[in-house]
Amino acid sequence: MTQKNRLNGGQIDRDTTLNFTFDGKQYAGHPGDTLASALLANNVRLMGRSFKYHRPRGPLSAGSEEPNAIVELRSGARQEPNTRATTAELFDGLSATSQNRWPSLAFDAMAINDRLSNFLTAGFYYKTFMWPAAFWEKIYEPIIRKAAGLGSLSMRADPDTYDKGFRHCDLLIIGAGPAGLNAALTAGRAGAQVILADEDFRMGGRLNAETYPIADMSGADWAAQTVAELATLSNVRLMPRTTVIGAFDHGIYGAVERVSDHLATPAAGKPRQILWRIYAKQTLLCAGATERPIAFDNNDRPGIMLAASMRAYANRWAATPSHRVAIFTNNDDGHRTAHDLQGKGVKIAAVIDTRQDAPRSYDYEVLQGAQVVDTKGRLGLTFVEVNQVDGSTRTVECGALGVSGGWNPNVHLTCHQRGRPTWDENLAAFVPGGTLPSGMNVAGAANGDFSTHGALKSGANAARKALGLKGRAPAVPEAEDAPGTQTPFWYVEGCSRAWLDQQNDVTVKDVKLSHQEGFRSVEHLKRYTTLGMATDQGKTSNIGGLAIMAELAGKSIPEVGTTIFRPPYTPTAIGVLAGRMRGKEFHPTRLTPSHVWAKERGAVFVEVGNWLRAQWFPLPGETHWRQSVDREVTATRASVGVCDCTTLGKIDVQGSDAATFLNTVYCNGFAKLAVGKTRYGLMLREDGIAMDDGTAARLAEDQFVVTTTTANAGRVYQHMEFVRQCLMPEADVQLISTTEAWAQYAVAGPNSRRLLQKIVDPDHDISNEGFPFMACANITVCGGLRARLFRISFSGELAFEIAVPSRYGDALMRRLMAEGEEFDVTPYGTEALGVMRIEKGHAAGNELNGTTTALNLGMGRMVSKAKDSIGSQLSERPGLNEADALMQVGLRPLSAEDKVTAGGHLMKASGPVDAAHDQGYVTSAAYSPTLGHMIGLGFLKDGGNRMGETLRLVSPVTDLTVEVEVVSAHFVDPEGERVRA
Amino acid sequence: MIINHPLLGPRDSAEFVYLGAAALMDRPDPETASAEDWHDYAYLRDNPAGPHRELWFHEGGDRSILIVTRDTTTHEITGVELAREVASK
Repeated sequence: MTQKNRLNGGQIDRDTTLNFTFDGKQYAGHPGDTLASALLANNVRLMGRSFKYHRPRGPLSAGSEEPNAIVELRSGARQEPNTRATTAELFDGLSATSQNRWPSLAFDAMAINDRLSNFLTAGFYYKTFMWPAAFWEKIYEPIIRKAAGLGSLSMRADPDTYDKGFRHCDLLIIGAGPAGLNAALTAGRAGAQVILADEDFRMGGRLNAETYPIADMSGADWAAQTVAELATLSNVRLMPRTTVIGAFDHGIYGAVERVSDHLATPAAGKPRQILWRIYAKQTLLCAGATERPIAFDNNDRPGIMLAASMRAYANRWAATPSHRVAIFTNNDDGHRTAHDLQGKGVKIAAVIDTRQDAPRSYDYEVLQGAQVVDTKGRLGLTFVEVNQVDGSTRTVECGALGVSGGWNPNVHLTCHQRGRPTWDENLAAFVPGGTLPSGMNVAGAANGDFSTHGALKSGANAARKALGLKGRAPAVPEAEDAPGTQTPFWYVEGCSRAWLDQQNDVTVKDVKLSHQEGFRSVEHLKRYTTLGMATDQGKTSNIGGLAIMAELAGKSIPEVGTTIFRPPYTPTAIGVLAGRMRGKEFHPTRLTPSHVWAKERGAVFVEVGNWLRAQWFPLPGETHWRQSVDREVTATRASVGVCDCTTLGKIDVQGSDAATFLNTVYCNGFAKLAVGKTRYGLMLREDGIAMDDGTAARLAEDQFVVTTTTANAGRVYQHMEFVRQCLMPEADVQLISTTEAWAQYAVAGPNSRRLLQKIVDPDHDISNEGFPFMACANITVCGGLRARLFRISFSGELAFEIAVPSRYGDALMRRLMAEGEEFDVTPYGTEALGVMRIEKGHAAGNELNGTTTALNLGMGRMVSKAKDSIGSQLSERPGLNEADALMQVGLRPLSAEDKVTAGGHLMKASGPVDAAHDQGYVTSAAYSPTLGHMIGLGFLKDGGNRMGETLRLVSPVTDLTVEVEVVSAHFVDPEGERVRA
Repeated sequence: MIINHPLLGPRDSAEFVYLGAAALMDRPDPETASAEDWHDYAYLRDNPAGPHRELWFHEGGDRSILIVTRDTTTHEITGVELAREVASK
């Protein structure tokens, strides 16, 4: 395969050939190439189609600012859309595909949009798809969505991994051009901890793209030599292929390192990319500058590119878009391109300079005071039309045109903390200004020092300043020091279909139209025309739009101002922001101590918070979950069942003021709770709404063990720390979460005591007399293992909760199962637990739903008036204590086969069904195997006084109406005899 | 953000949980407070553009609650105190 447009020289390894494909066609390139440079070397200029008009496009730039050469990389699950060919590092076997075209890149049916461009101007969608309104959702939007967008997703899971990491340094240097390299050298030699990050795979910045020498060697060699020295310094960390995407608070920077994007597949065990969080004491932004184009009619044809990018392709990559090129410039920098390309044997058709005093050349023709007014060439540039200084027109034949409108400092990161850049009249460009992110300094072209000498010098000086280095500054190596003055020239007079934003197809005409239609703010201009809203974020286009807007409004550019720069600096994969936190690893999975045992038993698990809990334990032959759950409930009520309740939050409260403390956090009293006793406690929020409930067991005068619901464990602990530290700072009380330290099992049912007696060491009396309902104690089990025993019941049966250190949890469960064989012990899961608590009328998360009070829950009298506690004051306010306040009740269907569903609302037996006549709602429902029909818990207005009333339970969503009777919520054992047995 | 913990030095804000305005520490005296005082305490918060005293709970650390004075417009932190020490003054 011949590389027709490959020049001599360059920083590519010609000894190695890399084969790659573009749109299925084979090409060859070399290590050091980007996809764009390799395609140009193969005489491919057409690389994409534009977003709206589907105009043929080639690369405008040679870097990350690229708006046009946007392609899909790779295939299969690794397919990545909207990737810039100008930064994609070439590797052997790379496959790239053009996008946003059908059926092919050269012939794109959607290019009809270009012919319709008179209708497709700014605001087209807003104006056109107004009527009829109903058409928008069904017809217009689907069509527009189909037509819009660039690349396509593979729709398959990303096979690669992404990591996150943390780094710290004294000085973070962003950009490894002349300023960054010299800064790193200065700081590194002084012994500072330095990180030097650059988005390119080869450090050196513009030095790799220029022919100017530094001292007695080429700029590229100086860069390579400097990088080599930095690599030997242990205090300097070089991070190539790393884009600093954002400047965040307090010297924290986000950076994406592309670890494996230059490889066919990541090496074993390596991530594709890493998101670094860099903590920098000081930061030096050496991000360089971006060349700005000039707008003229049809300035978007493949082959028209920024002049300095054309020079970079020639010098660094030994590639040219054509062997006959012209230059259109308003400054001396454009002449450099002509000079360098001429030196590489490329024919310079003409240098068209807008200045009448443009420098002349012996080597090629310079058209002074001339302007490009139009271009030709359907799929690639063939001719440019030039208006000469004398008013005559001339056609120049060329396959490529380098355009230079001057340079814009890359101020983006200086603005990430809402700083605004300031306008430099001398440079006719925005430079860093206002308040920079704390600890940030700027050097080199990013600060407006455009010459190589200026960059080297300002880099070294800024590093010395940032680190507070004293003594004589080291000499700056000799380099070109051309003045940086720029005269603005934004667009050719009279142009209309002249592209500003090539990626979003915004032309000079669109900006004028937006002004004509009254959009005066730059932020409105941006949103109305979509200027600068594409993936390149207007790096090459925003300034041109501002300039035209300013001119139309009769203002200066700084008066118009810029839009706000926000992170990320370049497009960032969502995958790297997520890192390892995806799929099952989105949050931690917490396993209970009996998990392995439960898995062996074939348990079905449910996620509760981060926990996996056994939901039920199906037996062979059971085909429906209800069969298993009904059996578990019945067996527990008949004999004994065991349930893992480790996930309940456990907080150890210790100190001489522990009782006083609990008196404050619980609405009911704890001061008089005897040692060895447990009490139910209800916690309120300060606004009087119930927050959580649980038990507190007094194991010693100065020690309580508090339990919380599984879901609220973290929040309750946090609340208790707030009360302890902020409201009761003098109290002698300490808190520690022990949720994971203890494995805890509920042993419930009439045979629970007999089962436990086989395990609890004989010197502990757990008879009804020796260990009555609500007793608690530190005991030993299984011959000396320390344990805690609580006689508490959620199921309504005679029940205990037994806790052992977590590492014995698995063994204890197995022991309970073995010893319980004679009682047909049955493990039960969260479903059976839920059924039994509904049968018993115990409130749970469905009832403690953030809107209910102690009164609603039927616990109004629990709120002690004898003491102050959190929420006690506001729970007394009239609005929460109206005569018809909601009260928790039980609900029974009149006809036993009827369904009761949670979420349904309660209406009177007759009358309208609407919100105005709402009587309450159902919070929990279950089939009760004990009663043989469904039951529900709900909140009913004045529910305490409406026992026996018939209501309608309605659910318009599921089209359900069921007649229910209001009954006590205590369906099973209302007298509470079983728990005391 | 980086919060300079009085006991542990500079720590990343990701280790903390935000608990709201430090005004939450000024709980009304239940002996003397009026219904309005309780209403204001539970529901009214200042929303300053500028320095704001607020509580940060070091959940991923030593579980101290800190009073952080943070400028809401710039995130500049001008003071960090242990809530318990301030509360007991």
